[in-house]
Amino acid sequence: MFKTLKNRTPLGFLQLKHDKARLLTAISGIAFADILIFMQLGFLNALMDSSILMHRNLKADLVLMNPQALNWTEMSTFPRRRLYQAKDIPGVASADALYINSIKWKNPQTHQKTSVMVVGMNLDNPAFDMPEVNQNLDKIKLPDTFLFDRASRGEYAKAIESYEQGQTVTTEIETRTITVGGLFTLGASFGADATLISSDQNFLRLFSKKQPGTVSLGLIELQPDADATQVKQALNSYFSDLKDVRVMTVEEFIDMEQSYWATNRPVGIVFGFGTVIGFIVGVVIVYQVLSTDVNDHMAEYATFKAMGYRNSYLLGIVFEEAIILAFCGFIPGVLVSLGFYSLARKATALPIYITLLRAVGVFIATLLMCAVSGAIATRKLQSADPADIF
Amino acid sequence: MNNQPSTNPVISIHNLDHYFGQGELRKQVLFDINLEINRGEIVLMTGPSGSGKTTLLTLVSGLRSAQSGSLKILGKELCGASQDELVKARRNNGYIFQAHNLHRSLTAIQNVQMGLEVHGKYTQLEMRDRAAAMLEHVCLGDRLDYYPDNLSGGQKQRVAIARALVSHPAIVLADEPTAALDSKSGRDVVNLMQKLAREQGSTILLVTHDNRILDVADRIVHLEDGKLVNNSLSEIRRDKPTSLPKLSH
Repeated sequence: MFKTLKNRTPLGFLQLKHDKARLLTAISGIAFADILIFMQLGFLNALMDSSILMHRNLKADLVLMNPQALNWTEMSTFPRRRLYQAKDIPGVASADALYINSIKWKNPQTHQKTSVMVVGMNLDNPAFDMPEVNQNLDKIKLPDTFLFDRASRGEYAKAIESYEQGQTVTTEIETRTITVGGLFTLGASFGADATLISSDQNFLRLFSKKQPGTVSLGLIELQPDADATQVKQALNSYFSDLKDVRVMTVEEFIDMEQSYWATNRPVGIVFGFGTVIGFIVGVVIVYQVLSTDVNDHMAEYATFKAMGYRNSYLLGIVFEEAIILAFCGFIPGVLVSLGFYSLARKATALPIYITLLRAVGVFIATLLMCAVSGAIATRKLQSADPADIF
Repeated sequence: MNNQPSTNPVISIHNLDHYFGQGELRKQVLFDINLEINRGEIVLMTGPSGSGKTTLLTLVSGLRSAQSGSLKILGKELCGASQDELVKARRNNGYIFQAHNLHRSLTAIQNVQMGLEVHGKYTQLEMRDRAAAMLEHVCLGDRLDYYPDNLSGGQKQRVAIARALVSHPAIVLADEPTAALDSKSGRDVVNLMQKLAREQGSTILLVTHDNRILDVADRIVHLEDGKLVNNSLSEIRRDKPTSLPKLSH
């Protein structure tokens, strides 16, 4: 078997090499399909990754939330009393409130009103594992002082620059004047363009209508020897009669957020759909190229059949072409996508990167795409009737 | 003429009928064909268009499966043979077509190698050596790496002959190999086939309309309306006088 393979004339390769115009068409077609798939997947993953930037940095083992909560930007609230009750459960080391809400602020640079997420936390037990935030706790102890996400989407570059040069950056939220007391790096998401972090006190000053007793998210840390599943169960049964709170691990919270964006919002569906369309476009292009190629070589293939070559030999030629095309189309596809990714990253402040996993995934999809097209194209081969060429 | 009956003919056809189409459209194209061809014989088959020459040739070559009667090639019955047996039977034959049917993406030598590769028993090196020697034989030793597009019609047909004969087939089947060629190239091609087949001891069955090449035949068979009507060289010659233009003077 190996010997016959070694002695085989690489017909698919030679056929492709011979018709350079067709080869170029095929390669650019596949590259185009790959770019389409990469971009759609890039945005889809950016959507997924950016939506859980906060979650990933939460310093908690379990979270409490209103059962109606949809996602980070639409959390609803539950009574703070539940947190004190949770502390009674064995294994719970701490239970702290996190306040999350969006508000309009005046962009310190353009003075336009834009939307910003505000997060207020208990400074005695910081909510996040972010060194840049935790080093600046002193600053946000001051009234109306906030930490600002320098990776926010929007025109903030000059404001950030002047902060870094030591100037005081202030702006207005409704009637209050607030000060940017520090910077941290997180990134924009589809739900929030910009984020401010401060103390719960500062949060409540902004949202004066909000009661301190209604919290968005409860952060529960466990004692080192406690088992998360057991404590979760204990909390659940403790709260089972109350319909106003539910318990989740942070991982479950992340899953909830991602599945919300993937399935409940048109963006997730659009990008998922776009990926499939990219694949189909690829299949159609490769099919066109391969079937034209098969048609052009029908007489030669029929001759080969007459000489005693089997159908499988001819199928091999088409699949050889398909695999070569997959390789040749994928490489420019990746290179161009890398360029587009960096453009998109700059334009949207979204975390769009080509991961190795995605590159491998798209390559496999490309192979699959070419194999599917090849399989359809080879159906024509069956009709290469050697008896017709005499 | 080595027309004497042999105990072991290479091609042996008895009571062969063949039909095209199905049901009401079923039409008989070959009627009770009986033909034996011995080893080393060169047999020409003539006949008007639509007489069934090509159908007979495709049956003999294993490109179509025979329906009724008996068709033995090298002692193997092809009537009712499986697709797999037909594919194997095809490998005993060298084919020369009216169109050269060379693969455009392959050079002359690669095309000839395809005639060897199908047997799966040669290494790349052996194939290259044999193919080169064969092309040398058909006087194309200096055109080994030319693509068909860069060869003349006669040269292409000679490459096709080299491809058909490189594996020393027991039977060479040709369908109007000179039809697309001018008289000199056609003559050269036929002479070449004759010479190589003689050297290799191959049997040739050649379908042709071309009166200029009838002289290479050991025997000429004539097919008319699906029936084999004549079996002798002299009668065919009388049918198609080659000296007709001279009479007009």
